[in-house]
Amino acid sequence: MSAHDTTEPTRRDFLYIATGMAGVVGAGAFAWPFIDQMRPDASTLAVSSIEVDVSAVQPGMSLTVKWRGKPVFIRNRTPQEISDSKNTQLSQLKDPIARNANLPSDAQATDADRAAAKDKENWLVMIGVCTHLGCIPLGQQGEFGGWFCPCHGSVYDTAGRIRSGPAPENLPVPPLTFTSDTVIKIG
Amino acid sequence: MSGGHSSYTPGTGIEKWIDARLPLPRLVYDSFVAYPVPRNLNYAYAFGGILAIMLVSQILTGVVLAMHYAADVGLAFNSVEKIMRDVNSGWLLRYLHSNGASMFFLAVYVHIFRGLYYGSYKAPRELLWILGVIILLLMMATAFMGYVLPWGQMSFWGATVITGFFTAFPVIGDPIQQLLLGGFAVDNPTLNRFFSLHYLLPFMIAGVVVLHVWALHVTGQTNPTGIEVKSKTDTVAFTPYATVKDAFGMVIFFILFAYFVFYLPNYMGHPDNYIQADSLKTPAHIVPEWYFLPFYAMLRAITFNIGPINSKLGGVLTMFGSIAILFIVPWLDTSKIRSAVYRPWYKLFFWLFVANAIMLGWLGSRPAEGLYTLFSQLGTAYYFGFFIVLMPLLGLIETPRRLPNSITEAVLAKTRSGGQPAGVAAAPETRA
Repeated sequence: MSAHDTTEPTRRDFLYIATGMAGVVGAGAFAWPFIDQMRPDASTLAVSSIEVDVSAVQPGMSLTVKWRGKPVFIRNRTPQEISDSKNTQLSQLKDPIARNANLPSDAQATDADRAAAKDKENWLVMIGVCTHLGCIPLGQQGEFGGWFCPCHGSVYDTAGRIRSGPAPENLPVPPLTFTSDTVIKIG
Repeated sequence: MSGGHSSYTPGTGIEKWIDARLPLPRLVYDSFVAYPVPRNLNYAYAFGGILAIMLVSQILTGVVLAMHYAADVGLAFNSVEKIMRDVNSGWLLRYLHSNGASMFFLAVYVHIFRGLYYGSYKAPRELLWILGVIILLLMMATAFMGYVLPWGQMSFWGATVITGFFTAFPVIGDPIQQLLLGGFAVDNPTLNRFFSLHYLLPFMIAGVVVLHVWALHVTGQTNPTGIEVKSKTDTVAFTPYATVKDAFGMVIFFILFAYFVFYLPNYMGHPDNYIQADSLKTPAHIVPEWYFLPFYAMLRAITFNIGPINSKLGGVLTMFGSIAILFIVPWLDTSKIRSAVYRPWYKLFFWLFVANAIMLGWLGSRPAEGLYTLFSQLGTAYYFGFFIVLMPLLGLIETPRRLPNSITEAVLAKTRSGGQPAGVAAAPETRA
């Protein structure tokens, strides 16, 4: 063995390393499409936005629409629900962040920053998927008169903020605009 | 196989011809006919064979069900109803498959508890045990994905909740969930890939089972005394002794299986799964199949934050941890004595562990509120305490009972005190 030792790499060394590296890169390149195909496909990713006419939704009524495969709750809140929410101190909240896609990411979870628009505080629009493990909470239930998730007992208040149970975050507010007084564009 | 020598003698010319080219008959003979097994195996040791036959049964019924099933959100639910109503014998095949999953888990839990009781995981059988835990994980994945296929309400919401576990992990959680679902919510891509994987995984289980049995035949079986085989008088031949004992166990087990299939076919299912999946309506109580309930209870038991870990991540880590901890059981148990028969304290805590697991299962089926949550937390604490505290500690402080010198001595002591039963079978294979 030592008789053949040489400081110069041999052609055999070169072939050995090159074959090994080509094998590693090749295996990685071959594996990639198998992983890549698992990701959401083009039709799923296609940016979708929906317009919802809410003229028929009176105070105390709710509407659930489907956006990106998920339910979106649109609620015309009663004055009682709004004042309940406003009277809640931020320090009582489990998650003090607004989770509102239309506001900066550090906005606080005040009632105004949870509502759909500045002058439309009666409208609450949020993705109706429990932030715990993805169940759909039931409306106007639970001890805070907001939403209650039957799966693992998370309770949200009348502004969709998590108050008790295992869920870590408030129900998120999707990107939205009022295209007229009674039409909401989501997405 | 264990001794490395073979007692197979090919008799006929054709047997000699095959043996010189592909000695498969030799392998089968040495592994399942002449193979020596401890003479004192009881019926708790029949569940390995029962599990093998259940895997075959599930694959057979599954392959034919796939001939009638359509993996598409618009068709899946109705195709399952068509199997139940229109396909000849379809109801029977589907009930065999769905109840078969339950029986499979019943058998595997008995098999695991037997391993824990008789210390089957201890050196030199650590890899054998680890392969078993891998099989359990594959079984869980297979069962979960199979339950999604009928596309009922429980299918859909079970899939939503279980894939939701991954969102608990910071940063990588959401991309992982989207990768699993193929979208932002459970939908057609999810159903398609679950069907594909549900078909694949049982064959991977079969592959790991081969390794499991190979490892078993290298070390040999444990036995109720936990003493290794020392001489030829400690063993009997696999066939007919173990084969017939296993077969008798299977018959009894299949009577139970048949009782469920023919008299209580939906007892272990959930009525909500006969309602087609609705992505806008969550059932009032989402409950997994019974075999996942103890783990579900532990998931829900973590309702509090632990330092930087929030309750959601804590619950998910606890649930995954309850399986992961099984991998290190061989190194957690510090006792030199294998079998609980000679370990009075371990025996007590083992039966408490069994009772606790059953209690957790019951709690998993209850709503997550009030005292149920408190007891789930206590049960979770005992589950982990059994492995992390009791197993290492008992080995150090427990005084074991005196071990017999050999399996033969233990067996003879028993028959002497109980008297020799009349007509004890001596070599029944040689009788006319």
